[in-house]
Amino acid sequence: MELLKEELKNKIIEVLNLEEVVPGDIADDAPLFGEGLGLDSIDALELIVLLDKDYGIKVTDPKDGKVIFKSINALASFVAENKTK
Amino acid sequence: MIIENNAVFFNDLLIFRDEPSVEFTDFIKKAYKFLKIEYPKFFKMDNLSKLAFTGADIILRDITRDKEENNVALVLANRSSSADTDIKYQKSIENKSDYYPSPAVFVYTLPNICLGEISIKHKLYSENTFFIFDRYNEDYMANYSAYLIQSGKAEKVLCGWVEFLKGNYRLAFYLYI
Amino acid sequence: MKNSSVYINDYNCITPLGFDVQHNMQHIRMGNTAIKPVVKDFAPATPLYLGEIGDNELNRESERLAGIETFTRLERLMILCLEPIIDKERLGARTGLIVSTTKGNIRALESIDVTPEAVELAKLAKRVAGYFGIVTEPIVVSNACVSGILSIAVAKRYIQMGIFDEVYVIAGDEVSEFVISGFNAFQAMDAKVCQPYDKDRNGINLGEAVAAVKLSEMPGWFKVIGDGAINDANHISGPSRTGEGLYRSLVSAFKEASVNVEDIGFISAHGTATVFNDEMEAIAFNRMGLQNIPVHSLKAYYGHTLGASGLLETVIAMQAVKENKTIISKGFETTGTSLPINISIEEEAKDIRYFVKTASGFGGCNTAVIFEKVK
Repeated sequence: MELLKEELKNKIIEVLNLEEVVPGDIADDAPLFGEGLGLDSIDALELIVLLDKDYGIKVTDPKDGKVIFKSINALASFVAENKTK
Repeated sequence: MIIENNAVFFNDLLIFRDEPSVEFTDFIKKAYKFLKIEYPKFFKMDNLSKLAFTGADIILRDITRDKEENNVALVLANRSSSADTDIKYQKSIENKSDYYPSPAVFVYTLPNICLGEISIKHKLYSENTFFIFDRYNEDYMANYSAYLIQSGKAEKVLCGWVEFLKGNYRLAFYLYI
Repeated sequence: MKNSSVYINDYNCITPLGFDVQHNMQHIRMGNTAIKPVVKDFAPATPLYLGEIGDNELNRESERLAGIETFTRLERLMILCLEPIIDKERLGARTGLIVSTTKGNIRALESIDVTPEAVELAKLAKRVAGYFGIVTEPIVVSNACVSGILSIAVAKRYIQMGIFDEVYVIAGDEVSEFVISGFNAFQAMDAKVCQPYDKDRNGINLGEAVAAVKLSEMPGWFKVIGDGAINDANHISGPSRTGEGLYRSLVSAFKEASVNVEDIGFISAHGTATVFNDEMEAIAFNRMGLQNIPVHSLKAYYGHTLGASGLLETVIAMQAVKENKTIISKGFETTGTSLPINISIEEEAKDIRYFVKTASGFGGCNTAVIFEKVK
């Protein structure tokens, strides 16, 4: 799980162009949206594409993102449970 | 104010320059750091928006600093619209077995997105229009800007040219008061 | 600048519902929609709900104009739409052409070996201008989904600055895989005919259309009496939660027009049927005191026709005002915005003197224009 969390942090930084952020800046339980990383609705859609592309997980209702992208902990558990590739 | 050939001029003074061989993405990042813009969303922008945003920041930073809102209209034009990002986006939908169109790329396939980026940073609740011409049409652009000021629809107008296609670029901005 | 009045002298449109205004209006009065389920080879799993102009009809209509087969499909549509309203006798050095489009000939990017020049919007505009012998440099307005209605304001402003005596505005956009895949990635497309302002609304349908308007200082059917096009300064894809830019655009337009909000006959709104857009409009209309004015969206008739939508919807609105009847906002059943607005659920016959057209789009842009019926 720790490996997956690290992998997700790196992917988020790369895909969302978080230029001045390193994985160590993202706490496992910190909120990804709003405060913290300051991600927005386009970032949420981009993460949905990432889940599809890299893990074969289809999220069809953007509202589900609220729970899935709550924190790195939440995202890692979701990916571990649902990934198909 | 002009940005071309990896050099930034403000009121005819050279304020930043990089080697001509440096790629645009590296040059504009260095210019951003040199100008101490400090705006993380800059790195999410496409090249056209990065260029327009940097040029606008140099002109607007002292005008809009510490103000809750500003009535500076934006009237920009270029030749290639968002073609540079359009081509990048089109590539992402060419291969049907690797079909993952990116919302973060798609949103920049409109030339006026850079007007939004500038408006957000400088709190410009103001008139904005993006035009396309073969080359800068000063008659059309100056008259449109003059209308906005004379009609009272804007206090000032940031007007100009911002072109980016396949690494070739040019920005020339003017402030009408 | 001159304080002269700028009039609409003529207008036309081409959509899947017809190749002139009369046919379009008949279909709207009958409640018909252009939106149909279509299976595309790039999205074979489920049908897409699109409003597309049939190529058979287009080819048949194209036969009436010699020499247009060398133009792209979108250029042909623009020429066919403009041709009936062009006053060839008066064309001259003071005639302007404004082309409103977001993606122009973007379909050309689908072919291999295409050069970026093939999609240049200024070249498209020059070809259309060249067909009619318009000699001034055409102006392209490409400002996302407000382009069509913003072009009316731009035309009026140039006439008032004395640049042109008359301006033809042509607005058009096509359905393309480019745009479909993008809105799909935004999860913004409904999998049925869209439902503007309804509580079950779930996104847009994409459509295609062209619309044309002639403006000049010569008295005509409608006068353009006020306009505003103000940015939200909030987000590049999400509308402002306070309806800031739309509200301020309306304030600017009403200030110039010097009319009271209660004198407005109806609002032809944007009403894309996304959750956030329609909610934002309801907030802006309430802030402006327009909540009791009948409002409709045409998106469930045509889908979102992007750079054409603002002009197409103005053309249909003008025709409705000529008939002195409001338009039913198709697809609406149950209030689905946090603040109530007066969605038109039936045709109301009344003497309409003023109407408002609004639009909002990516980049945080908004536009509001107020029209007055002259005769």
